[in-house]
Amino acid sequence: MKKTLFDKVWDAHVVETIENGPQILYIDKHLIHEVTSPQAFAELEERNIPLFRKDQIVATADHNVPTQNQHLPIKDQLSKKQVDMLTSNCEKHGVTLYGLGHPYQGIVHVMAPELGITQPGMTMVCGDSHTSTHGAFGTIAFGIGTSQVAQVFASQCLLLSKPKTMRITVNGKLRKGVLPKDVILYIIAQLGTNSGTGYFVEYAGEVFESMSMEGRMTVCNMSIEMGARGGMIAPDETTFEYVKGREFAPKGEEFDKKVAYWETLKTDKGAEFDMEYEFQGESIAPMVTYGTNPGMGIRIFDEIPQQNSDSFEKALSYMGFEKGEKLLDKTINYVFIGSCTNSRIEDFRVAAAYIKGKRKAANVNALIVPGSQQVAKQIVAEGLQDIFEEAGFEIRQSGCSACLGMNEDKIPAGEYCVSTSNRNFEGRQGPGSRTILASPLVAAATAIHGKLTDITKDEEVLDAAALIM
Amino acid sequence: MEKFRRLLSRALPLPIENIDTDQIIPARFLKATNKQGFGENLFRDWRYQPDGTPNRDFILNNPDYEGKILLAGNNFGCGSSREHAAWALADYGIKVVVSSYFADIFKGNALNNGLLPVQISESFLNKLMQECRKDPETTIEVNLEEQYISLDGTSYLEDFEIDPYKKMCLVNGYDDIDYLLSKKAAIEAYEQERTF
Ligand code: SF4
Repeated sequence: MKKTLFDKVWDAHVVETIENGPQILYIDKHLIHEVTSPQAFAELEERNIPLFRKDQIVATADHNVPTQNQHLPIKDQLSKKQVDMLTSNCEKHGVTLYGLGHPYQGIVHVMAPELGITQPGMTMVCGDSHTSTHGAFGTIAFGIGTSQVAQVFASQCLLLSKPKTMRITVNGKLRKGVLPKDVILYIIAQLGTNSGTGYFVEYAGEVFESMSMEGRMTVCNMSIEMGARGGMIAPDETTFEYVKGREFAPKGEEFDKKVAYWETLKTDKGAEFDMEYEFQGESIAPMVTYGTNPGMGIRIFDEIPQQNSDSFEKALSYMGFEKGEKLLDKTINYVFIGSCTNSRIEDFRVAAAYIKGKRKAANVNALIVPGSQQVAKQIVAEGLQDIFEEAGFEIRQSGCSACLGMNEDKIPAGEYCVSTSNRNFEGRQGPGSRTILASPLVAAATAIHGKLTDITKDEEVLDAAALIM
Repeated sequence: MEKFRRLLSRALPLPIENIDTDQIIPARFLKATNKQGFGENLFRDWRYQPDGTPNRDFILNNPDYEGKILLAGNNFGCGSSREHAAWALADYGIKVVVSSYFADIFKGNALNNGLLPVQISESFLNKLMQECRKDPETTIEVNLEEQYISLDGTSYLEDFEIDPYKKMCLVNGYDDIDYLLSKKAAIEAYEQERTF
């Protein structure tokens, strides 16, 4: 039978199928963090169940950590308790932890790929919905709830019904200044926030084939924002090159053997999907969101659509926007470049290419939060730190930060924030905050001009950015 | 887990679409390390004004309404995978959430906590909403064993679907860990046999 990439990886991990019920799916790698693991550890302890395969678990502290003075004790007592509990749970159970201060610490979805923990053909889970990020490697990766974290602790398996499959093909070429973030925001705007519910998505076509691993991660990251459990891209030379030589990647002969297997992980010609969509790369432009879910996106020069529903009106009133209004030239006081969607080195290179030699507008607070300690080091090594600092940007230490406002990095009520993160829900970046999702390039331009700017008008800058992507 | 077979209750209508888990329980309340007490902050930013006083327009603050059933608009529970959303609903006393669509992860989380997500047609959902908004005393029956939901005392009824395995778990009060632990031998055999 002809199989999709998803089928191949899924079927290879089925331990058993329950009649009329779900399947037992084996999980290769389990990532954990401080927010969604304490109750799972507690549950195990209450029931006196040991960890089944502790060597397949990797932990980091990211959601709740401060992004300043990470060497000092955490001030917020509740956050401190959660982070300390992660440390003590990992010590007690023998789980590898890259905690605060560790050179490998970082947002779980930035840290694992850059260490080579994420590899093609795996099944990976984490108590975080953006686990879909790892699908960029041709991995089945998805977010789970805390009860499921406990299940994986206890058995390295999950009980799941096989999702349906969807393929989204984007052929052609992207215009200058159009980034992977724009591609996924465009797709979600076209299809809607629940179009993917019940599906696992494969992204295929020329646009993804020619994308970097960082870009592919940005795309797969946001699969969950259309409701899909995960997204994946068939592994290819770009993938193998990225994995090769990383800390936990297979080495030497072992690596070659793996590559031979990974090369088989492609959708067979003629394999059928439950749903297919197709888009053309040329029709995508820099995107911004105007509402309170990631599907409410428009091309930066478009008008907010006319739509009549209570939910639509509620969203616009929260954002302080009107139907038919253009967002171009809107004054923006906050810019956040970070989060597991766009906090990898490539994102900062693109932003820096635009910012170089300029200064941020006086009204803007611009925050740069690297996704991991390693990215932070790279920012310094590549001289990007100087560019950002000279432009008046503030660079912080790694963590989730203003993406979800669990620590003190919050956007004040009523303020707009052009953010490279993935969710523009009400209050996501702090109570009353208004999030406009965009690419790192649009975010950088917003910081410089103090208002939403159409970067596609600026040829010289685009050429500089194009050299990086 | 508590067993669930049938529930007869009044309902709280919340006709908003795409209610994400950040609204159900905002991130700043996720710092707890146990499962209790989240009900207090259920729908926090809709339920209270910024100054902490209750928002009188919000359904949970309406003294006419009470019940163990939440009626919510399409695509309930989207966004973050936080199980705290299910804990908050359960802790508040909700046993059933009714919507025309549920986000995957929320659905799984709910079921793992004895909270039943009941997915019904848009039109039946509208009917239930209408009746409950018209008369807060309206009672709804949710029958898991026979898989239907009805407007009690009327002929308005709709069947709903549920994974047979999950139904078995809820009806008996089992959870997935019990089941997976019973499969240890098969899991170990899988580990031994795999070649990639
Ligand atoms: S950066 Fe934001 S979306 Fe990503 S894992 Fe952290 S909180 Fe979640």
